[in-house]
Order: sequence, then structure tokens, then C-alpha cells
Amino acid sequence: MSRYGWIRLAIVAGAALILEVLCRSHIVSRLIMIPPSEMLISAWQILASGAIKDDIYVSVVNICTAIALSISGGFFIGLAIFSLPALRATLEPFLASYYSVPPIVFYPLLIVIFGINQIPQIIIAVMFGLVTMVINTINGLDRIRPVLLKVGRVHRASFLVTVFRIKLPAAAPYLFIGVTLAVSYSIIGVISSEFIMSAVGIGHQISYAYDSYDNRTMYGLIALVLGIATLLNMSLHVYSQRLLRRWTR
Amino acid sequence: MDLPDATRTVHARVVGLTRVYPARDFQGAVNALGPVDLDLYKGEFFTIVGPSGCGKSTFLELLAGLALPTEGSIEFEGQPVRGQVPEGIGVVFQEDSSFPWLTVWDNVAFGLQCAGVDPAEVERRTNYAVGFMGLADFARSYPAQLSGGMRQRLCIARTLVLQPRLILLDEPFGALDQQTRLLMGDELLRLWRETGATILLITHALDEATMLSDRIGAMSARPGRLLEIISTHWSADRDSRIVGDERFGAITARLWVLLRQQSMKAIGRAGTEAAV
Repeated sequence: MSRYGWIRLAIVAGAALILEVLCRSHIVSRLIMIPPSEMLISAWQILASGAIKDDIYVSVVNICTAIALSISGGFFIGLAIFSLPALRATLEPFLASYYSVPPIVFYPLLIVIFGINQIPQIIIAVMFGLVTMVINTINGLDRIRPVLLKVGRVHRASFLVTVFRIKLPAAAPYLFIGVTLAVSYSIIGVISSEFIMSAVGIGHQISYAYDSYDNRTMYGLIALVLGIATLLNMSLHVYSQRLLRRWTR
Repeated sequence: MDLPDATRTVHARVVGLTRVYPARDFQGAVNALGPVDLDLYKGEFFTIVGPSGCGKSTFLELLAGLALPTEGSIEFEGQPVRGQVPEGIGVVFQEDSSFPWLTVWDNVAFGLQCAGVDPAEVERRTNYAVGFMGLADFARSYPAQLSGGMRQRLCIARTLVLQPRLILLDEPFGALDQQTRLLMGDELLRLWRETGATILLITHALDEATMLSDRIGAMSARPGRLLEIISTHWSADRDSRIVGDERFGAITARLWVLLRQQSMKAIGRAGTEAAV
């Protein structure tokens, strides 16, 4: 890990330590927050007991589905918009202002259409994650050095070879940004929609624990979500850095 | 290469080639090239020299089929070239065009894989091209781990592996230091002799043009036209040591006489000497 990585870790550990002291010394009431160490113990106990394994399974499947749809859909839509200048000129203002309206406002409408099940949650998560992937795909394709595409033409590369063996890897630094954001937004989309009108999922369990004043379970589950999100982001970051380091000039 | 032109096989023919970039935003139409007429003979080493912005690279892109001419025609081996790169033409670009995400070996094999060549043949030809360009020890390295000269050798190997019959080089050594350029010139001559390919080199370096070429076309400032074609009469087994030959200086001087006024025109100083 780099020096700055250690500094970042020290900041997070320091913040957790301060919170631990504040909670243990009752400066922060246990009715508001439990010490971070107890959150981790609670998270471990929830995992070990298997009490909510079905909820974890449903959330993880929904998140993975949303991630897959956001990334693949975002890439191909981005590619199509990039390839069709008229479509791009038409859609660009929508893309630029897309996140000014939170997609979650459409959740009730989706429930009316699809009912209370996983589909509206996945759609909300995809609505969160897809557009960031589209925007970053277009950004990445815009920044491909033209000479690399000329090499493809000189080698008479087919459309698919040009897309998958030249454009995709050449745009990879931007695609990784899109993938990282799509992963984060998919988690946000699924967990936040599980909070509202859902009978299953980690978000539902957090909401249930909150309504039942069960702080220990609630914070344990929050720690669990934090852990999953951090692990996914860290893995992506490490992988992308390792890959991109090879080609850095 | 001293055969009279009439007895030699025309490999590529350019007739009345012009390229005008249409008006855009606040800029009027730009007449970038031509008209240019040129016959490239099979197996010759032809170089085009000219001032910056005279349309040399535009000429190469048109000849390669990477761009469409405004007027005129191009033929390669008797077939028209128009907006698509024909089989048998290889191009090496001025800027580093290696794929940074592929190893040296995979970069070189790329074209063969695109063409659907049998994997065993890909292996054999790629190994040969990598070895030929002196990159065998770096086959598993990434371009970022190579020097500028080695990266350019990689790009040449990637072109060479396809066994092109016409190789177009757009200032391939432009970013290299003088000593490396001379050595790369030797490498290029060796490649030319061993492959028997026709080579068209674009450069702004007069000494490089003189050293490498059978014939040199001097191009005017924009819109680029061929002012004169000079035959060097070098033997095919020449190398960079011919810079010591007395004819070398005479040919280079002749090129400079042709291009000095054009270069001044290109930098907007035409006529200043006359005024002084």
C-alpha cells in the first residue's frame, strides 16, 4: 500500500476509535449509536447465525443482476450513442441532467406496474447505475487516440474486433470509473428500495430493526453493507490499478 | 535501382490527387494537397520530403485508403483504392501506435489474428517478425516498458508480419534522436532488402531521405505538389555509412535548394529575404 493509502487507513481507524471512545463513555447514547466494535461483532453474529441468509442472498442476487445490467447495458448504449452523432446531440442534455432527479421517485410507479417484488428494485438500481456507465463509456470512447483506430482499419479489423479488441481496452481507464460507480449505485439502488415496501432483503431488515428499536441488529447490518460495498470497491480499484499500471507511459 | 522508368512495373499509381478539407466553423476550406501525379515502382524505396503542413501525411492517408480524395484516382496493383485499406498495404504511423494493453508479441500477432490466420502460422510468423526487429527478448514486455525506438520497431514488426507488398511509413522516426534514427534507417533498409516490398516514406529530414531512398519527391508548401523527383542512384546494399559519400551532400543540398523557399512559405516568411 502507498503512503497515502496508509494515511487514509489511519484516518478511518482514527474516526472509528473516536466513535468507540464516545460511545463507550456514553457521550453518545447507546440509543443513538453502539460502539463500532459492537457493530462488527453484531455483523459477524448475524452472518454466523444464518438468521437473515435468505435476505442476504436476495440482496446480493439483486445487486449482481443490477450491476451486470448497468455495466453491459451502459457500455452498449454508450457505444451506440457515441456511434450515432445525431442521437448523441439529442440525448446529451438528458444525460447531463439525468442525476438531478433521483430515480427512486419512480419506485411507486414501478411497484404499481410490476408489484411488490424484486423487479422494481432491480430497475431502480439499474436506473441509478446505467447512466453513469453510459456517460463514462462515451467519455472513454471520445478519448481513444485516433491512431489506434487507424491501426484497426489498416489491419482491416472487423466491427466486433474493433469494438472488443481496440475500443473497449483503449477506453478501459474511463470504463473502470463507470464500472466502479455503477457498482456503488447498484448497491445504493437495491438497498434503498428494499427500505420501502419490500418483504425481503438487507435493506428491509435494516428498516425492520430500526422500526423495532433494535440498534444492535441495525448497526450490524449497516456494517455488513459497508463491508460488502468497501470490499467490492477495493477489489475493483486494486484490479484496475494493477491492469492500468502496465500500460502507463 | 537504375532501370529506366518505362521498363519497370508500376506498383501504385496516383493521378491528379487532390484533397480539400471543407469549411468548418470559422475556418474556410483548406486546400491541403495536389494535384499530385506519381508512379511508385515495384520494389523501390521512394521518399517524400516537404515542409511542415504541406500535405505529406494527407497524401499517405489517401494512398493507404484511410481517407477519400476530393479529386483524382489511386491504384494499387491495378485496383482502385478508395476509402478502404487494400490487402497488401501496411502502414507505420508517426506517433506511437502500439496497443498499450497488449504485450509486444500480442501486438505483433494482432493483424494475423484479425485475418483469421491459423494459430500455428500466427506463432511462426510473429516469432519471426519479433526476432527480425530485435525484440525477441522483450516479447512478453508491454510497450510502456520499451524505449521510443523499440516501440517504433514494434510497430514496424506489426506491419512486417502481414508481409505487405507496399509499406507506407509516416515519419516513423520523427520522435527519435539522431543516432537512433540512423540505426533505425539501417534496420529499415535491411527490412526493405529482405522483403522486397515497395516502400513509401514520408519525412521532413532531408538527410534521412537522401540516405534511404532510390527516389525522392520534393513537395511544395500547402497545397502540396511534387516539385521535382530526384533519383539517388544508390546501390541496394547501402547503409547509413553513405552519409560520408560526396554525392550524399550534393543530393541533400539539391533538396534544400528546392525546399528552402517552400519551408519559408510554410512558416509565413516567404518574400522576407527579397525585401531585405
